Amino acid sequence: MSLNQEGVGRIARLARIELSADESVATQDQLNDILGFIARLQAVNTTGIEPMAHAVDVVQRLRPDCITETDRRADFQAIAPEVDGGLYLVPKVIE
Amino acid sequence: MSATKWEVVIGLETHTQLKTQSKIFSGSSVAFGASPNVQSSAVDIALPGVLPVLNREAVVCAIKFGLAVGATIAPRSIFARKNYFYPDLPKGYQISQFEIPVVQGGGLAIRVGEVEKYVHLTRAHLEEDAGKSLHEDFQGKTGIDLNRAGTPLLEIVSEPDMRSSAEAVAYAKALHALVQWIGICDGNMQEGSFRCDANVSVRPVGQKEFGTRREIKNLNSFRFMQQAIDFEVQWQINEIEEGRAIQQATVLFNSDTGETRAMRSKEDAHDYRYFPDPDLLPLEITPAWIAEVKASLPELPEAMKARFESDYGLSAYDAATLSASREMANYFEETLTAAGRENAKLCANWVMGEVAGRLNKDGMEISAGHAVPLAPTLLAGIIRRITDNTLSNKMAREVFDALWVGEEKDADAVIAARGLTQVTDSGAIESVIDEVLATNAKSVEEFHAGKDKAFNSLVGQVMKATKGKADPQQVNDLLRKKLAT
Repeated sequence: MSLNQEGVGRIARLARIELSADESVATQDQLNDILGFIARLQAVNTTGIEPMAHAVDVVQRLRPDCITETDRRADFQAIAPEVDGGLYLVPKVIE
Repeated sequence: MSATKWEVVIGLETHTQLKTQSKIFSGSSVAFGASPNVQSSAVDIALPGVLPVLNREAVVCAIKFGLAVGATIAPRSIFARKNYFYPDLPKGYQISQFEIPVVQGGGLAIRVGEVEKYVHLTRAHLEEDAGKSLHEDFQGKTGIDLNRAGTPLLEIVSEPDMRSSAEAVAYAKALHALVQWIGICDGNMQEGSFRCDANVSVRPVGQKEFGTRREIKNLNSFRFMQQAIDFEVQWQINEIEEGRAIQQATVLFNSDTGETRAMRSKEDAHDYRYFPDPDLLPLEITPAWIAEVKASLPELPEAMKARFESDYGLSAYDAATLSASREMANYFEETLTAAGRENAKLCANWVMGEVAGRLNKDGMEISAGHAVPLAPTLLAGIIRRITDNTLSNKMAREVFDALWVGEEKDADAVIAARGLTQVTDSGAIESVIDEVLATNAKSVEEFHAGKDKAFNSLVGQVMKATKGKADPQQVNDLLRKKLAT
């Protein structure tokens, strides 16, 4: 599997990344190198081996259902570009 | 009119907000109605370097649900990232489950009228809710409140088993009752604790393949669900009959116009690029844990319904109605305990009839936090006075009304205060009958001439003479006996 320019453009769009024409070509090469590496991994015979969802074979630790967080809105909003009445403001989003 | 008969196919996706104290991946409170962003921690607003830690109680809720619908509970399930950009989703992805959800399969019995049907479930998976966007109040800006971000949800996906809006609503109601019954969701639809999306398609009757579906988003009342599906079905049929193919789309229901309308969608909109979340390890659920949760579950509605039928001799319909909610069922059983189980049918009739009717009339329902004005023991007191013939049904309703508004402390007190004792002394009734017969010779004559109406008129006269206190059945019997001699 390898990516063409169109594929790179689509991935960039999904990731909201703007690429210049030069960057797009460089990115195509880099992504194809990664895909080439994955192709080598995929060539390994894994018949009968259960797929893993994580590199480490351990399971999720769970947290008791307790409220441990306090209100830190003032701290968080001190670094926000724009706030009003406790809300974060962003450019208008219309569906 | 077209000759084609159409079949409707509906599947539902339901987001139920789980009844936990804290969020699914952080220790922030999930309480409703707080000031904006005071319940959003570093994890919820996606500051760099934070890690999610799964809330054990959210998993317990998922296990409870899986057990209640007879599903498989995955010994290992995987959290995945669902990637999309929206300002109320600060990470740029929602943590959900994709390939291996925690609950797999199972199903739910629903009833439309007298017809029972089993709706299969595809899956139920744990995920986090997004924040809220407020578009109205700011000139050229959108306000973002992340208090809801990270609230635990169980998304329950049904198979496309429903064939009408009535079935879809029956399923949604049964599910709504079940999640409250097992205590995993407060069921508050106004606050968004229970939200449904309906996938709707139509196909000619007999066709195997499904038609192209459109998804109606965010149905937050059963009435809107019915309206939206009915409108959508008619719209799809009209489109097809006029030669236009249905395009797969997400649609919104406008409750003001009663219409559904497609949202504008970009071609890439549904490419979520799911992949396993490297921040979260597989969720392991051991058989021992499942057994522990199972032991904590209350009796389930279907089991209760079966017990009502076998132990109390109720009809399937009565048993289903009484086990529609845990509060209703508890009310019935408490009444029954106080009134005696030999009076099960009478208790059922009063709970489903007078109590449910009166609650409905007063705009109330039996649910946690809303006590019924009439305690079950008081209702049982009325029922005992019916079965010992102190009260006629009409008198019993009068006592019921008095107790409902808090007059007197129990049925006997109302009976005493209003002198409501039914006359059952046959000697006393007979003497009244003799008087009535003597003064209504014409009716007696007509009766002997074969006019049944005349008999009813005589009963009426006797009841009137006893001020309604005689037992009507007894009056009937005694009067027939007298007239036969």
